[in-house]
Amino acid sequence: MIEFMKEPWPWYVAGTIIGLTVPILLILGNKTFGISANLRHICAACVPGNVKFFKYDWKKEKWNLLFVAGIIIGSAIAATLLADSKDVVVHPDLVRELAGYNITNLSNLVPSDIFSFSSLFTLRGSVLMIGGGFLVGFGTRYAGGCTSGHSIMGLSTLQWPSLVATISFMVGGFIMANLIMPVIMSL
Amino acid sequence: MIDDKMEIAKQMADDYELRSADAMCVNESRLTHKWYHDLKYVLVGIFFGITFIKAEIVSWFRIQEMFRLQSFHMYGVIGTAVVVGAISVWLIKRFKIKTIYGEPIEFHPKKFNKGQIYGGLLFGLGWAITGACPGPLFAQIGTGAAAISVTLLSAIAGTWVYGSFRDKLPH
Repeated sequence: MIEFMKEPWPWYVAGTIIGLTVPILLILGNKTFGISANLRHICAACVPGNVKFFKYDWKKEKWNLLFVAGIIIGSAIAATLLADSKDVVVHPDLVRELAGYNITNLSNLVPSDIFSFSSLFTLRGSVLMIGGGFLVGFGTRYAGGCTSGHSIMGLSTLQWPSLVATISFMVGGFIMANLIMPVIMSL
Repeated sequence: MIDDKMEIAKQMADDYELRSADAMCVNESRLTHKWYHDLKYVLVGIFFGITFIKAEIVSWFRIQEMFRLQSFHMYGVIGTAVVVGAISVWLIKRFKIKTIYGEPIEFHPKKFNKGQIYGGLLFGLGWAITGACPGPLFAQIGTGAAAISVTLLSAIAGTWVYGSFRDKLPH
């Protein structure tokens, strides 16, 4: 069983578990699945400043911060106790493209050639790490949710604004990966 | 005395309205629980985090493959999750399933605004760069990728800047 759990899990297993998170959170206490809201709760808790958007009682949403704490613990467990010694399998076309950007270390979930403290001091690394993070935080709140809130929870409850948001996420992603990223990578 | 009560009720209503802005929903319960009741969400998060890693959903490479149509994996994960989620929600509505505390389960219809397009596009750009939506950012840090904490701090800063300029942005 443990050996089986150490193998990378297939998409239908992962999809089922993630889909079941929706009813589990609802049944445990009427909680709506959505992770990006935590970025706002952290702002409200730590640096509300003089911004009205962050002046609310964030403690009422502490369940969500605890959920995220669980994600961190679970990831640490998976990366240690359930770790798979084999390399991540990457599509050959992508391997070739990344090699052109001098990204050759494919051994982690995150490529250490671009996401590391040392690359933070390069133009390329800082654009990717700081710029990318900023867009995630700014964009998700502007859109009112992220992949969990809109694409999973929103689509599960058949809300068309969430479909609009999901399509926008995908369009943005395709534009970045295929058109803009080659430029950033050549910095 | 009555004025005080009305003032408190007004403050609570204001707080609710503010929290609802740009949020998927506000989780309001009249029940109060002991602190340890919230630990169950940690447990759900742990299973969720393990799935994130073991199914390589937080892998930067899987996200790149998704946006280059080189792999079905992420489409399969999200598609299955939506189908399972939708069936579950339908069952909850159909059989009026209640929470474990006996409260009726509520759904909050989402209103359309242009932010879902503008913000969605901006998030999409960031998603392809970082290979992570907000959940996986936390998960990547959990696997020991400490440098991603810089990306997470930047995401928190992005949310803060959005909050500061919210009134000036088209919605």
